[in-house]
Amino acid sequence: MAQTQRSIEVGPVTKTDKMIIKCEGINKWYGDMHVLKDVNLSINKGEVLVILGPSGSGKSTFIRTINGLEPIQQGHIEIDGVSLTHDLKDIEAIRKETGMVFQQFNLFPHMTILKNIMLGPIWVKKKPKAEAEKLARELLDRVGIPEQADKYPGQLSGGQQQRVAIARALAMQPEIMLFDEPTSALDPEMIKEVLDVMKELARSGMTMLCVTHEMGFAREVADRIVLFDGGEIVETGTPEQLFDHPQHERTKLFLSQIL
Amino acid sequence: MSVDLKIIEAKQIAPPKTSTNAWEWAKKNLFNSWLNTILTFIASAVLFQIIYAVFGWVLTEAQWDVITENYKLFMVGQYPVAQLWRMWAALTTLTLMFGLSAGRFKGTMLRLSGILLIVYLIHLGAPFTSGSTKIWLATQISILALGYLIGHYFVRAKRFTLIGWALSIPLILFFIQGFGILPAIRTNVWNGLMLTLLIAVFAILVSFPIGILLALGRTSHLPVIKYFCIAYIELIRGIPLITIFFMAQVLLPLFLPTGLTIDNVIRVMLGATLFTSAYMAENVRGGLQSIPNGQYEAAKAIGLNPVQTTFFIILPQALRAIIPTIVGQSIAMFKDTSLVAIVGLVDLLGIAQSVKSNPEFLGRHMEVYVFVAFVYWVIAYSMSYSSRRIEKSLGIGER
Ligand SMILES: Nc1ncnc2c1ncn2[C@@H]1O[C@H](COP(=O)(O)OP(=O)(O)O)[C@@H](O)[C@H]1O
Ligand SMILES: [Mg+2]
Repeated sequence: MAQTQRSIEVGPVTKTDKMIIKCEGINKWYGDMHVLKDVNLSINKGEVLVILGPSGSGKSTFIRTINGLEPIQQGHIEIDGVSLTHDLKDIEAIRKETGMVFQQFNLFPHMTILKNIMLGPIWVKKKPKAEAEKLARELLDRVGIPEQADKYPGQLSGGQQQRVAIARALAMQPEIMLFDEPTSALDPEMIKEVLDVMKELARSGMTMLCVTHEMGFAREVADRIVLFDGGEIVETGTPEQLFDHPQHERTKLFLSQIL
Repeated sequence: MSVDLKIIEAKQIAPPKTSTNAWEWAKKNLFNSWLNTILTFIASAVLFQIIYAVFGWVLTEAQWDVITENYKLFMVGQYPVAQLWRMWAALTTLTLMFGLSAGRFKGTMLRLSGILLIVYLIHLGAPFTSGSTKIWLATQISILALGYLIGHYFVRAKRFTLIGWALSIPLILFFIQGFGILPAIRTNVWNGLMLTLLIAVFAILVSFPIGILLALGRTSHLPVIKYFCIAYIELIRGIPLITIFFMAQVLLPLFLPTGLTIDNVIRVMLGATLFTSAYMAENVRGGLQSIPNGQYEAAKAIGLNPVQTTFFIILPQALRAIIPTIVGQSIAMFKDTSLVAIVGLVDLLGIAQSVKSNPEFLGRHMEVYVFVAFVYWVIAYSMSYSSRRIEKSLGIGER
């Protein structure tokens, strides 16, 4: 454990120099189980970071600490200059800056697609209804399903639902997008349509944290990859460094299992 | 792509013809085995016997004048005849709202209005209703139709209709009670079906929001609120309704400052409300527990605060999931109002008791009880019918 690489500012490729996420010495326990062990990570604005790692290694827990869905017991998280504390004000400010996409979509089943997307802009950003609707329709256009606006989530395919979920998160006009295995619940033929939307988003300069098992996506889009195992960051590097010249035994083991 | 082609190339085979012939259906479902055939015969014999006996009694033996002579008593009890127009005015308000809602929302409201229309038509055609009653009934029917047309053709009638319902409740109470503007009617002459409905509707409507608050309170992080709600719910659920009615009669006055008295009917209404609230709370809690955690997380992630999350995301889904339970609870409350007779109120069943002990109609208790049972059934069945309709029509929004 003592040899574990500390990875503050290890990232070799950055899009801009402005740091937008700073995580220092994060520790989290579920009861007696130590699920995040002294995690240090900084992300610059516009960077696309992919998080890899075996199941149960703490990837979801980590990404959910960033928008305060999971409280941490030790450490410091700063998003765009705002410290994440237990103060509800700070948490709300940070949630306005970050959008999140879940494995299970988590759309609101009792609302139409349009209402799902408009909810945040209207009630959190206090936008006028007409403006919120215009934005929602633009976003549906952007994710490629403008014709589904008045349907309910249950009437859409998994891939379409996940694209709506992305549109819903984007409607808050966040600085950062968090993706937790967005394609893991999808049938194989629908994975591409969601990844395409994510690729377009990455090219547009969005800061993104993606937990995923899609190695092709990671290689193509990621600026930097971190590998989680047993609640700690094992290795960090560019896709080339990590896939072609892995340094750590646990990285090699993980890659040999997944590729 | 290849999948699509396959579908086009596949030979179109018509589905096998399903016969709708009655004889074939019977052969398949009723006489498909020896055992089934025997059961079919036994069941038909028993059924025939019952129907024959019931209809024979209803149509030939029973003497329904005990009902027709006392019809006003059954409906509104001893409410003074000179003030009866107020009951009609209250009913007209309700009829208008049903008509409006039927025209605006169609579906369930349309069917409920249909039931209302049938009830009015039967009374209009019945030989025992008086001339003035028939005029009022004709008014109800016209108002129902008028409401329907307004609801159907007014473009913005949706909000209008909801506001209308909210306003109609105080208006109806105003007609019945008077609020000091119309002559006051002592509540001991609020009897019959009217009293039954007043208590039931009040208890159901008021216990609904209280039940929601109790259920939310039970999940609260503030210990004072949480344990108060738990204590209330568990206490009330451990006490029979009848005991609550007695306590409302006897204990409530002890807690009130001297000089302040609460009317008997109001006390019973409050007792019924407090009782039903505890059960509503448990129903709502069941609904809340059925909402997956992902819904809370998604709401948090887009920045909704806890209050917004509760009212926009969680409650609508939770309530939708428990519509059948809520309606079941409401039906139970509606029927349980018959217990108020024990604390001296004269509801529909209370009127039945006094009518059957009237020497003029001695020995007619059978007719009286059958009629009362029928009235309870029509109302309870309308409720459960609309619940099934609502469930079906909401099915579209399900995951
Ligand atoms: N709510 C929870 N309560 C207790 N243990 C949990 C909870 N959520 C996750 N865990 C545990 O924490 C560890 C990390 O989980 P998670 O972050 O979901 O891993 P990953 O997303 O990498 O598969 C796992 O061992 C998991 O069992
Ligand atoms: Mg996970």
